[in-house]
Amino acid sequence: MGTLWFWIVAVMLTAYVVLDGFDLGVGAVYLFVARTEEERGQALRAIGPVWDGNEVWLLAAGGTLFFAFPLLYASAFSGFYLPLMMVLWLLVLRGISIELRSHSADPLWRTFFDGLFALASILLTIFFGAALANVIRGVPIGPDNYFFLPLWTNFRTGASPGILDWYTILGALMALAGLALHGCLYLALKTEGHLEHRALSTALRLWPVVIVLTCLGIPATILARPASLAYYTHHPAAFLAPLGVIAGLALMRPGLPARSRFKSFLGSCLYLTSMMVGACLGLFPVLLPAVGTTGHDLTIASAISGPHTLHVGLVWWSFGMLLALMYFSIVYWLFRGKVSQHAEGYGH
Amino acid sequence: MITSTPGKHHQNGAKHPMDALTLHRIHFGFTITYHYLFPQLTMGLALLIVVLKTLALKTGDEKYDVSARFWAKIFAINFVLGVVTGIPMEFQFGTNWSEFSRRTGGVIGMPLAMEGIFSFFLESAFLGLFLFGEHRLSRRMHWLSAFLVFCGSWFSGFFIIVTNAWMQHPVSYTVNAQGVYEVASFWALLFNPWAILEYAHNMCAAVVTASFVMSAVGALYLLQRRPGDYGRIFLKLGVVAGVISCILQIFPTGDLHGKYMAKHQPAATAAMEGLFHSTKGAPIAIMGQPDYETQTIDNPIAVNKVLSFLIYGTTSAEVTGLDHFPRDQWPSALPLLFYAYHIMAGLGTYFAALMAVAGFLLWRGKLFTARWLLWPILLSWPLPYIATTAGWMTAEIGRQPWLVYGLIRTSAGSSTHVSAGNSLFTLLGFLGLYSLLSILWIILVYTHIQSGPNATHHTEVTLA
Ligand code: HDD
Ligand code: HEM
Ligand code: HEM
Repeated sequence: MGTLWFWIVAVMLTAYVVLDGFDLGVGAVYLFVARTEEERGQALRAIGPVWDGNEVWLLAAGGTLFFAFPLLYASAFSGFYLPLMMVLWLLVLRGISIELRSHSADPLWRTFFDGLFALASILLTIFFGAALANVIRGVPIGPDNYFFLPLWTNFRTGASPGILDWYTILGALMALAGLALHGCLYLALKTEGHLEHRALSTALRLWPVVIVLTCLGIPATILARPASLAYYTHHPAAFLAPLGVIAGLALMRPGLPARSRFKSFLGSCLYLTSMMVGACLGLFPVLLPAVGTTGHDLTIASAISGPHTLHVGLVWWSFGMLLALMYFSIVYWLFRGKVSQHAEGYGH
Repeated sequence: MITSTPGKHHQNGAKHPMDALTLHRIHFGFTITYHYLFPQLTMGLALLIVVLKTLALKTGDEKYDVSARFWAKIFAINFVLGVVTGIPMEFQFGTNWSEFSRRTGGVIGMPLAMEGIFSFFLESAFLGLFLFGEHRLSRRMHWLSAFLVFCGSWFSGFFIIVTNAWMQHPVSYTVNAQGVYEVASFWALLFNPWAILEYAHNMCAAVVTASFVMSAVGALYLLQRRPGDYGRIFLKLGVVAGVISCILQIFPTGDLHGKYMAKHQPAATAAMEGLFHSTKGAPIAIMGQPDYETQTIDNPIAVNKVLSFLIYGTTSAEVTGLDHFPRDQWPSALPLLFYAYHIMAGLGTYFAALMAVAGFLLWRGKLFTARWLLWPILLSWPLPYIATTAGWMTAEIGRQPWLVYGLIRTSAGSSTHVSAGNSLFTLLGFLGLYSLLSILWIILVYTHIQSGPNATHHTEVTLA
């Protein structure tokens, strides 16, 4: 049961990364690829009907984590207090800038919200990357299962790390590059005109950067937490995840003819999914590794809720997920195809 | 002032007024109070928009579609503010109340997760369709998307109330040796009687807020003598919904809720009513200032026997006073609780009276020209926000000193590893950020109302 819920939460977080990832990525490259008022409007209309729904995956994953692994929720969220609060502030700023831009007629305020949207999106990808890297590296859990992490210490991994050290900064850069590329491929698929072309050429330049960072990231992870390899050495089938990473990178190769846009985007989805699965396999069955000598890893067994809660949960979770998938299919189907350059496409 | 010389600022063992626990409480109280300013309008408005869309379908009159579009924009602004201020709430159980989360996550995590999975997905997906899809969908499908947005927002209200109701009135749980709680019966948790009463009363309040806002906009247009029918449409719908919801707000929902509470949280009821001593034929204090030291009400305006009657249905029944409970079970912020409750109930009476007069004039066909009444209708729109906030303060302060009533003390629930300094830092951050949001909200909603439904109408026509 514990293993099942581990993967349920992992799948939900992966869905969040893949889905909200592309609209975060659009935000990260927004000022750069969308230059004119029409282009910016077009870029925002490409994510307008879906970004809020995408963000719900984060909430749903958070809620599921809360009731399936209360100890992990309590320990991790209070331990990562400061960076988490900053993520929340950024989500606030990003959400309002998307929405309020379309409600303000004055070009001055539109420029302001444009800047805010881009900045908040960039910082969010960086925070998410660093957060994932922190979980992989481990945190100084105390004997009472709690910890409190400062923003930085000496930028080294080890017994008393901070949120930011060389490894988590690398993770942050990977997330920024990977999601920016993901966003560009989405824009290339969903828009037309100059915006489409600029998104494509940006993707072409980001692609090698992502490859290089990925090649650095994998050995760095082994260096930061050697135990990450344990599951892989015992279960060679796990190596399918890194294979998926490579396949994804190959598949997304931008700059191909227009009809393979969708394939590139799928490649990017495969890449992000495999990276997430790979990270989860590196952790399993640990949820949050401990560094230092005082405490123990938080594991599935130590953090899991009671059996009745989990049984009941499984029933409604499956039902709820079916419904959610249905809604998402309807929305993505109805808004399929490219958004046009002019406001009448699917205007507000 | 962070480093204080021992002895100067602290006596040994005495608590600093800004200790971590107090700050966690203010942090949570402030952010949730602010969050709820938005959903109360969107939940109520979602219902009124469905009514407008239904009228549009039934009558085929374009004006109702234009009205729905106009309110949909106000909905969208408030929705996005509800979303962005709601996301921090979802995580604050873990960040500021980690001990509480660790121990009760197996129970309250359940409705919270269900809220995300069953309501937020529904609401966000169909809101996208509703706002962006009017040209892509048939009229019926567009109606359906409005209806599903309404369902999503009302489900979400339900799940969050279930969460809160379990803290007010914990039912159906088991607890293990580490003090960790688990659900015993899923259905009993979901249909906690407290939750049903709380939900009915709270959703009624949301409709009150929305109908006051809609009537105020209608009254504004009529007072401004704007050409067009929109002033009349909004005022009429607002007043009809207002009359119904204001009555239901007091009777039966408020009344039943109060009775149930007197049974299960007697100390809170006594404090709300300012009843320091158990009394047979207890009076109701309509006004006054509770004095904690002398345990009396100053300057009381009281009506004899009414409290006994309201709670037990007979004028002679004995109502338990605070003297019945040990001091450490008294709600800590007693005077605040007393005022909060009286503000809610007082405003509720005023709302019912105002809407009754407006409803009567509407029936006689005189409302639209009764400018003396349009002014108070216009100016009253902020009051439901105040009443709702006061209602929640009644509920939450009345629950003190318990976090989960009778089971977990508030002082045992907070995050012990998050220091006062860190909590203050993020509290100040939220204060700053939310001030900014308030300014944006005022500007946007005001300009939208000033430009009026016709503006929406024109742009849509040129787009079509
Ligand atoms: C427009 C807002 C509004 C108005 C006019 C009223 N209420 Fe209310 N009340 C609320 C909005 C509200 C609320 C904010 O929605 C609360 C907080 C928790 C809840 O379920 O509803 C609430 C809670 C609440 C509680 C429970 C407190 C607790 O759970 O500890 C009682 C006993 C009442 N109300 C009673 C009344 C009575 C007798 C009213 C008659 C005039 C009244 N309310 C008017
Ligand atoms: C939207 C309406 C709500 C408002 C305005 C509100 C208001 C408040 C206030 C003012 C406090 C501080 C009380 C004190 O310290 O004396 C508080 C505390 C708290 N409330 Fe609420 N609340 C609302 C809904 C909820 C809901 C739905 C939940 C649970 C799901 C909840 C859970 C809590 C918790 C955990 C605390 C902190 C512990 C405590 O001080 O008791 N609240 N709330
Ligand atoms: C501790 C208490 C609360 C938490 C954790 C919470 C959480 C959230 C979250 C995360 C969202 C954003 C959802 C999205 O992306 O669509 C949200 C919005 C919303 N919340 Fe809250 N909330 C709380 C209190 C309340 C209360 C008391 C109500 C009403 C009964 C409420 C009703 C809503 C509604 C209807 C929305 C949808 C957005 C909107 O219509 O504005 N919430 N809430």
